[in-house]
Amino acid sequence: MSQSYNRGLVEDFSRWKEFSAGMWAWIFHKFTGWMLIGYLFTHIAVLSTATSGEMVEVNAADLPNVEGTGMTEVPLYDATLGGLESLLIIRILEVGLLAVAVFHILNGIRLLMVDLGIGLEAQDKSFYASLILTGIITVASVPTFLAGVGF
Amino acid sequence: MAERYSSFAPGGTRWLLQRITAVFLIVVLAMHFFLLHFVNHAAEVTLADTEARMQNIGYFLTMVLFLWAGAFHGINGVYNALVNQGLSGTQKKVVLAVLIVAGVALVGQGTYVALVMSGMI
Repeated sequence: MSQSYNRGLVEDFSRWKEFSAGMWAWIFHKFTGWMLIGYLFTHIAVLSTATSGEMVEVNAADLPNVEGTGMTEVPLYDATLGGLESLLIIRILEVGLLAVAVFHILNGIRLLMVDLGIGLEAQDKSFYASLILTGIITVASVPTFLAGVGF
Repeated sequence: MAERYSSFAPGGTRWLLQRITAVFLIVVLAMHFFLLHFVNHAAEVTLADTEARMQNIGYFLTMVLFLWAGAFHGINGVYNALVNQGLSGTQKKVVLAVLIVAGVALVGQGTYVALVMSGMI
């Protein structure tokens, strides 16, 4: 008969010095999970407000996804996405989102392996590998994410 | 025997669904990021491109399933995280009800947007 394991409350901040690799993995997985579901709600909300079919007048020079120059009429969707993508802060947040998603995916693979009982003795090493790989993929993606906003 | 480190009821349907959606999401989330940031750059996306992609029935179904799987996985994950923090009794029931309403709204609205993008409605 299995039983649940009492980890204590994360809110007892003074405990962090005692945390092992597995505990950090659990906290990071939970934190990145909250970020991802929060983003999913935001993502659907933004797409919902942008797909009304309305046309809006914009200055083509302001939007990275609109060709040409001068005032032109584009779908609200193009104006919304182009407007967001022209902001540096959005590009930085996208890099952050990628980091969060990559860690959640890699640690998720690690958790599935743990569930299957594969490589249990290396679960701490696979957490460190998830972190390092997340860091490498995130850094490598920066030029792609920041293209066209002054970099 | 190793102790169980999961807050899910062992052998439960939600436990299994959380893992099945996880396997699906690993593949599709990676694909979604790759397709809309590295193949097509997010800054160049237009309504015409999105509509063209969504008119492919395979892509449309994958995206709708991605939404449903993501919504279930995320909301079930939040519920379990809260239960793990010690939520119980009436609070637990209220939180579950709120999360179900939010999840149904998310899936409903998201599916509607997908149908609009595909030109089906």
